[in-house]
Amino acid sequence: MTSRYSFGGDEHIFVEVSEDMSLEAFFKSLSITNAVRDAAIKGVTEICPANASFQIKFDPDIVHPDDLMAELKRIEETAEHADAILETRIIEIPVYYQDPWTNETLMRFRERHQDPDSTDIEYAAEINGFSTVDEFIEAHSGSPWFVSMVGFVAGLPFLYQMVDRPRQIQVPKYLRPRTDTPKLTVGYGGCFSCIYSVRGAGGYQMFGITPMPIYDPAQEVTYLKDFMVFFKPGDIVKWKPIGREEYDQAVADVEAGRFMPRMKEVTFSLEEFNRDIDGTNAKLLEALNGC
Amino acid sequence: MAVNVLSPGLLTTIQDMGRPGYYHLGIPIGGAMDRMALRCANLLVGNDENAAGLEAVFTGPELEFTGEATVAVTGAELPPKLDGTPMECWASFKVKAGQILSFDYLRAGARAYIAISGGIDTPKALGSRSTYAIGALGGVDGRALQAGDVLPLGVATAGNEGKTVPKELRISPGNPAELRVLPGLYWHRITEDSGERFFAESWKVAGEADRMGYRFQGGTPLEFIDREPPFGAGSDPSNITDACYPYGSIQVPGGTEPIVLHRDAVSGGGYFMIGTVISADMDLIGQLQPHTQTRFVKTDMHGALAARADRARTLNAVREILSM
Repeated sequence: MTSRYSFGGDEHIFVEVSEDMSLEAFFKSLSITNAVRDAAIKGVTEICPANASFQIKFDPDIVHPDDLMAELKRIEETAEHADAILETRIIEIPVYYQDPWTNETLMRFRERHQDPDSTDIEYAAEINGFSTVDEFIEAHSGSPWFVSMVGFVAGLPFLYQMVDRPRQIQVPKYLRPRTDTPKLTVGYGGCFSCIYSVRGAGGYQMFGITPMPIYDPAQEVTYLKDFMVFFKPGDIVKWKPIGREEYDQAVADVEAGRFMPRMKEVTFSLEEFNRDIDGTNAKLLEALNGC
Repeated sequence: MAVNVLSPGLLTTIQDMGRPGYYHLGIPIGGAMDRMALRCANLLVGNDENAAGLEAVFTGPELEFTGEATVAVTGAELPPKLDGTPMECWASFKVKAGQILSFDYLRAGARAYIAISGGIDTPKALGSRSTYAIGALGGVDGRALQAGDVLPLGVATAGNEGKTVPKELRISPGNPAELRVLPGLYWHRITEDSGERFFAESWKVAGEADRMGYRFQGGTPLEFIDREPPFGAGSDPSNITDACYPYGSIQVPGGTEPIVLHRDAVSGGGYFMIGTVISADMDLIGQLQPHTQTRFVKTDMHGALAARADRARTLNAVREILSM
């Protein structure tokens, strides 16, 4: 992987670690951005890791763009050899697939979709070779997902499926973006799943909805009292399919301040994962579900 | 001392110089789209340059003052009226308790900045009072002003009436507007001819033009260089593996209509970008009305830094004149 450096105007340096998405590219981007943070370079104001790239915002009155570019390239050389091991957490996120709210929304925007005669999830199941939607949901919720970027809008996670490439689900985005998406919609575009943290425009296919808020500017939700954004890059997610009753119960629990996501601390090693994907995932799920 | 919002205008929000430091979580810097105009307004009334004021789009609010204050309106030419009497733009004037500030119709520009001595003192969210409506953050309950809102004010310094920012120090876009661009990011994805045409042609501001970004129309669609879609990017030639978006970056979904991201930018996404509007010209975008003819002008880093230094000199000149 040879990184490509570019200036984004006079205040940003944009670095594409790889054109393709992969966990290797994500880890490289994460280790470089961590090293940049540790270096505490004067004039650097924002450090933003993304899926397979990253961006540094800086004040050119304090650090010359060329000097910062040279410094970043030096940091990349040393960061490249860092071990891809992450102390992180695995979180269970309940999902009500094929819920009435995303269904109502997708029907309103049918003319912007590749297949106006089916729903988003029916379309995704078909083009990925699943004979039923249930089988597709099993694939989507069966293995863990890796939060490889937080952004677009406040606190929205992009999630990367932790399976080998032939098994990864891929779905195109809408032909033209919608102007509306329900809050907490579980979406899909390219090879990424996402959770829409707020209501608004969106181009990802809509599969379902989670009752669990992931962004709360008022910081009233029990587990968002310390900080209003739930996710950070490196988090691992396991979707848990739920029905209407469980969904309503979870919403009521959130309102009453009783809801706590199921969550466990775990160590993730990219090398171990690449050696045995299914074995690593099984261990992660054991950690999540064990006492 | 407070200000009662009698009517909010079309879209009036509380803005300061924004909340840096959370872009990696999708929370943009926000703040005044035309920062120079808000700085000038604050300096005119004796405020800290970063104090929170009002950003009014196309039409002005109607405000009732419960106590004495100094007020200045800058940016768009949206002439203020005090109890119906016309007042000057880019100048500070005294408002007495009970008086009502309203606005005449818009003559030029798109966003007026209203500074009130003491600054608006709503609670800060993540270090800033700026309204980020998409994320319901800052401002009044995370939203634009509504009739009936009461805006608290901070402690003012007195004696700042009758000051003016000289005409030659006011920055506004020309017609056609010119936005200087540093090509880069995914510039290599389009053909050389297509890139030249992008800069040669005239574009027009579209109706979709807000704090998140400005869309432009009227130019020839871009021509892509063929490629195998990278894994994870999506099949459209304008797709990339979702990445960060610089402020001012120009994305062109489907290669058709360029969108320049502004202060409330989405922090990332899956569309390629062909370059970035330089920092010195970001303020100008906030003053562009829909249908404004716009040219993108190619520059390099040297040009971008020189333009930035030039803007800094103008601001320093304003500071000096108003401190006298």
